Amino acid sequence: MTSPNPNNGGEALVKALEYEGVDVMFGLPGGAILPVYDPIRDSSIRHVLVRHEQGAGHMAEGYAHATGKPGVCMVTSGPAATNVVTPLADAMLDSVPMVCITGQVPLAAIGTDAFQECDTTGITMAVTKHNFLVTSAQDIPRIIHEAFHIATTGRPGPVLVDIPKDIVDPVNPRSAMTWYEPDSVPMELPGYHPVMEGDPALIEEAAALIAQAERPVLYVGGGVLKARAAEPLLKLAELLQIPVVTTLMARGAFPDRHELCLGMPGMHGNYTAVTAMQKSDLLISLGARFDDRVTGKLDGFAPTAKIIHVDIDPAELGKVRQYNVGIQGDCKLVIEGLIEATEKLGASAQADRSDWRSTVSGWQEKFPLVYEQSAPGDKLKPQFVMEQLRDGNPHDTILCSGVGQHQMHASQFWKFDHPYTWINSGGLGTMGFSIPAAIGAKAGMPDRRVWAVDGDGNFQMTAQELVTATVEDIPIKVALFNNSYLGMVRQWQEMFYDERFSEVHLSDHVPDYVKWAESMGAVGIRVESPEEVAPAIAKANEIDDRSVVVEFVTDARENVFPMVPAGATNSEVVVDPSQQPLLDQERGS
Amino acid sequence: MNPTPTSPKWHTLVATVENKPGVLARVAGLFSRRGFNIHSLAVAPTDDEKFSRITFTVDIEGTPLDQVVKQLDKLINVVDISELNPADSVERELMLITVEIGESRKELMEIVDDYRAYVLSDGDDRVMLSWSARPSRLDELEERLRPFGIVELQRTGRVALPSLDD
Repeated sequence: MTSPNPNNGGEALVKALEYEGVDVMFGLPGGAILPVYDPIRDSSIRHVLVRHEQGAGHMAEGYAHATGKPGVCMVTSGPAATNVVTPLADAMLDSVPMVCITGQVPLAAIGTDAFQECDTTGITMAVTKHNFLVTSAQDIPRIIHEAFHIATTGRPGPVLVDIPKDIVDPVNPRSAMTWYEPDSVPMELPGYHPVMEGDPALIEEAAALIAQAERPVLYVGGGVLKARAAEPLLKLAELLQIPVVTTLMARGAFPDRHELCLGMPGMHGNYTAVTAMQKSDLLISLGARFDDRVTGKLDGFAPTAKIIHVDIDPAELGKVRQYNVGIQGDCKLVIEGLIEATEKLGASAQADRSDWRSTVSGWQEKFPLVYEQSAPGDKLKPQFVMEQLRDGNPHDTILCSGVGQHQMHASQFWKFDHPYTWINSGGLGTMGFSIPAAIGAKAGMPDRRVWAVDGDGNFQMTAQELVTATVEDIPIKVALFNNSYLGMVRQWQEMFYDERFSEVHLSDHVPDYVKWAESMGAVGIRVESPEEVAPAIAKANEIDDRSVVVEFVTDARENVFPMVPAGATNSEVVVDPSQQPLLDQERGS
Repeated sequence: MNPTPTSPKWHTLVATVENKPGVLARVAGLFSRRGFNIHSLAVAPTDDEKFSRITFTVDIEGTPLDQVVKQLDKLINVVDISELNPADSVERELMLITVEIGESRKELMEIVDDYRAYVLSDGDDRVMLSWSARPSRLDELEERLRPFGIVELQRTGRVALPSLDD
């Protein structure tokens, strides 16, 4: 344990992190942060040594997504700080609670172009919810407490604390301080007052609007997960018998196997989810932000729908789409309020939605997700592999994803029945996210099975963190979809650039992923034919003492459908070529 | 030089912020990332030195402005922000201006008297004046002095408070 009464900034920092309940942190030491790494040795906090600071940031994110607790990473100054900029931006866009500690050159050296100096707070200003430059050792416990408070309350997000070396270095007099418990002094945040409770009058207004709606859709975003509101959401949906779409950030917030669940909307959403929103007369948006990947061309998005918009962040209300009722508040509290207000109205107040329900299930029957099975001798179909992966794992498996076709196939073909089982980079679209995020998730949830799905382009960005997984004994499983291409870019070039493929082919020969996996202490398995897929997944699941990389050699010609082309409205969604004649018929009628 | 903004795109915003390093950069950053220019800016501590008051004028359409104001309000260091309607507020600005005297000191001094500007420094061939007034009146004086030859000019940017008569 750290000293009960630290008398210098370095010990106080570690002690303050312990006070905030930090059990795991991810980081990599270096010059400016060295004095903090000394007391880490005596701390109850487990430190995971990463191979690249970007990995530390994504691990902290994965940990936060899986556990709901703030993820913590610590790195040194200069290049280490710039290396965490990407995870900070990622956490900012996906509202991930995260605290990042960066070392800084001594106070007197700041601004002198000192070795490994950069303006960390300046650089990260736009990619953090807030950041601090600490200038006195005495402030450390209070500022750490403020950082965790800001990261975890209101709309969660990343907070960075930049700490000059001299105030944490016990040999420097500037590090002297008198310990106090971080929450024993008042926080100095006069401009920060997140609103949790929704306005009861607006909640009643919303409930009345819902009661009249004949074609309502619950449009559920990541805010529902952040608010731990999956349970009341289920109750609300069942009470009102309203179909639910879950955005890419909200997969698992409502069970995919529930009869009211329509799955993911948006650019690669399924036909029913996209079309139900288009034809709806009322979208009840809960913790969602009308992202361009959901709305398609805004002018044509859900043209007949009124909007109820619930968000904890007042800046989201009306940002993209004007609302009829806008409620600032925590999704859990507002959903509970809506349940109460709806019960008060009574069942007889609700409009008849049986026609709507049957229309929606008609679409589900006509336009399910489909793909063509591979012909003998062809490479694997990624959708087939994803289905096998889904069927070969328990429902509570945590699935982490990179960015691209494999991400969309995972979101489409996996069945998410539990909250916090899907971890991906939705807003920023950060390639290389999945492996470090999976390690972070596994570190936070060691008893759960964690699979990373990855593309070959993604894998080559952050695969070295599998060394971290091996050395730190945090075994994960990786399903590597290797089609030798930057697949999603290839798809766009095929569809929108006349098949003029430009700089998307990686290589058919290198790297050798099996050897690479083995060199990092993981088991490597290559799968090339359909009958090998399920056995390989089963084999991977039997291995618990090290990471496993299963390389699936997949067909690069396979694209993600449905797709709403960029610039088109969601009414112009393109379905799988095999369903297109039926869709043309449907549109004609 | 900068005619006083009159179009509906011009807005005066008033923010109370924590008087701390970096706060101005955070505020300015939310404009620059959108490619918006801050036309004028005045910052100084309030009666409570923990806080500063910022008055700035910007030329932005109403819809993006609403979004910027909401984002500004989200900044942890921003305590309060609102838009001031020029019709319901009093605006003042201070100008220091050095002009050439040229051939006609008498004519120049008539203008100075007309506007009740102060002569802060009087040289043989130049004079430094100070005047505070509504920004549009400063524009006017600036134009009157231009023919003499403006050597240097500094305006503070407007400051504003809500009017009392309602």
